[in-house]
Amino acid sequence: MRWLRVLLLALCLVAPVAAVGPDEILPDPALEQRARDISAGLRCLVCQNQSIDDSDAELARDLRVLVRERLVAGDSDEAVRQYVVDRYGEYVLLNPRLGWHTILLWAAGPLLLLAGLATLLVTGRRRRAAEAGLSAQEQAALDELR
Amino acid sequence: MSIELGHFALILTFAIATISTIGGYGFWRSGPRIALVLSQGAILQFILVAVAFAALVQAFVTSDFSLLLAANNSHSLKPLIYKISGVWGNHEGSMVLWILILVAFGAMVAAFGRRLPDDLLTLVLATQSLLTAAFAGFTIFTSNPFARLVPAPLEGNDLNPVLQDIGLAIHPPLLYAGYVGFSICFSFAVAALVSGRIDQAWARWVRPWTMLSWIFLTLGIAMGSYWAYYELGWGGWWFWDPVENASFMPWLAGTALLHSALVMEKRNALKIWTIFLSIITFSLSLLGTFLVRSGILTSVHTFASDPTRGLVILTLLALVIGGAFALFAFRAASLRQGGLFAPVSREGALILNNLFLATAVGAILVGTLYPLLLDALTGTTISVGAPFFDLTFGALMAPLLLVLPFGPLLAWKRADIVGAAQRLIGAAAVALFATILISALGGVSISLAPIGLLLGFWVAFGAVAELVDRSKLGRIPLRESGRRLAGLPRTAWSTAIAHFGIGVTVLGIVSTTAWETELVTTLNPGESAQLSGYTVVFDRFAQVPGPNYLADEGHFTVTDPGGGTRSMLADRRTYVASGMPTTEAAIETYGFSQLYLQLGEPLDDTHVVRIWHKPYITLIWLGTVLMALAGLLSLTDRRLRVGVPRRATGTQPEPAR
Repeated sequence: MRWLRVLLLALCLVAPVAAVGPDEILPDPALEQRARDISAGLRCLVCQNQSIDDSDAELARDLRVLVRERLVAGDSDEAVRQYVVDRYGEYVLLNPRLGWHTILLWAAGPLLLLAGLATLLVTGRRRRAAEAGLSAQEQAALDELR
Repeated sequence: MSIELGHFALILTFAIATISTIGGYGFWRSGPRIALVLSQGAILQFILVAVAFAALVQAFVTSDFSLLLAANNSHSLKPLIYKISGVWGNHEGSMVLWILILVAFGAMVAAFGRRLPDDLLTLVLATQSLLTAAFAGFTIFTSNPFARLVPAPLEGNDLNPVLQDIGLAIHPPLLYAGYVGFSICFSFAVAALVSGRIDQAWARWVRPWTMLSWIFLTLGIAMGSYWAYYELGWGGWWFWDPVENASFMPWLAGTALLHSALVMEKRNALKIWTIFLSIITFSLSLLGTFLVRSGILTSVHTFASDPTRGLVILTLLALVIGGAFALFAFRAASLRQGGLFAPVSREGALILNNLFLATAVGAILVGTLYPLLLDALTGTTISVGAPFFDLTFGALMAPLLLVLPFGPLLAWKRADIVGAAQRLIGAAAVALFATILISALGGVSISLAPIGLLLGFWVAFGAVAELVDRSKLGRIPLRESGRRLAGLPRTAWSTAIAHFGIGVTVLGIVSTTAWETELVTTLNPGESAQLSGYTVVFDRFAQVPGPNYLADEGHFTVTDPGGGTRSMLADRRTYVASGMPTTEAAIETYGFSQLYLQLGEPLDDTHVVRIWHKPYITLIWLGTVLMALAGLLSLTDRRLRVGVPRRATGTQPEPAR
């Protein structure tokens, strides 16, 4: 179904701008690299699940410029993210923050793994017990026969 | 006329499938006669849907715009291949393709399954017919592809330009063949649950079908990934988009199923789990095809913007999946487990594989659906994107890759882990050496890169080590080793090649992520740019009309570090019918690496040009092709061949005790 996704992304191509343009790039390479890393974690709000770093949409361009402005102004990475979140909501973060509302999301992987391991241990032990042979009742019956 | 014929054929399919379902479930104990009737019914369904599909293809090829679907999705100027692929480039047409593949698999079971016990064959075909009836009914009643348009327009609306690509011609049919192929596993599982009979022979029948579907799905996903890579114009190849996750989850579950069915076939263990996985895998396939379209996952831009259609899809999904799981809950306890084994054994290793793969499926499923549930329950909107999935999936796959090479070296029932480790020391040493060498040469830009490289090399060389070990290379004369290698069962080769392919894919992912370079600049014709030792000269710019578009072409000459020159052509197209633009990147392959060049929009008087060097990126897809080839090789193994009789050479005498 990827073609569906490509089709959706194509909707972002309509505006005549494209991902990171030469006019946006900051002269300081270290600052620019930080801008790219931050951009890769921010969602383009008009596209589907695409970061503003990859997106061609006008809005994504505005956000990229905004991120660079904040960096030039001396903000830390986290301050820039917070600045964007304050204006657009947590929805723009592609990496959801750990909090009460996302605890299940972040814990899902480890919990599932633990649950699987526990199931394996329990069934393994039960099967070995079954293999070991007679229950107490059966043993009693056997003793009686002797 | 042929349109109505196609419409009628689809309705007839619905009727036959309904009757087959009722007859099959009602009389599955009645022996060979009902099995024969259902077999013939399955083949008839295939012929009828083929007629229906052919009718659509004919309308698209001849540009018959009195067919609403053709008028909406085709154009008379389109090249022939895209006229044909346009049939499934939309919701209604893709439903017919989906059903066509479904009945094709049903007909294959009917044709090759003559040696199956009558009751099992009847139940399998009845379940296939149930699925056919459900989805043919859905298509006929809610998404009729045969609707006419009066008066017929002179020209069609054209297929979306991004979809006018060879990728669309191949990708959906492959993907559908993979998704739908798992319906056979599903039907076998349901049949086993209804009849209450399940044994090693069952696993032997199911495994080839699983393998076949898995091959299609592997190629389909890889193809889709490569297509997005070159079509989107910036070289991304995986996005962890809900749509992608939807295709990736059945692949992971199918991979787990291949391994658990192996345990069941060889050792008669893991029966309940294998049945469960069969149901889960196809359920995830259904989710993959339909959840996206139901309009839930992506509230905008879905095919099925009609809410009633989405509701019908969800009801269907709930009935099929829920019904199967209810049956499972009701009957699974009655299945007897067999085959005891120690924790350290081939079985134990395969269970570990299943544990990690199943957990990965669960984690991806939660990540995909979580934003939706959170929004519905609390009204809070969050995004779960690539960074989350990279971390979660990576953390689950790393241990799996770490233990993977041990698996094939362990014996069934009870194994010697120290012995296996000793046989892998060589592979570990070579992997470590290669990792240190490459990290030193390439520089470490991402701290995790060496770990990724080490895992990739470890898995790849571990697969080689298995072959070396089995051929006793270096311990006996070379010629003797060669003979042993040639004499290994094809399944042993297939295991080694598939695992080697995983290593190759991992290496491709790591190297391209860690060492990709990018240059965004403005160029005028005559100017040049440099990136990673490559010199790119912008020769000339031209505006050229294509068959149904206008192209802005950038002609480039590239000089590689070795001094060779090649010309590259990147263009931007504007499609006549829709006015939509697309970018066609130019890609040149150097060894396993690629230079990726995109002509951007004009800026002032110059042209924006984006250049990427993607080191060893082709390994990503090469590895998946290796996996698919390994699957094919395993299918040709005599012991696994589709339709192989239950007992090929009479009965074995019972061994003396």
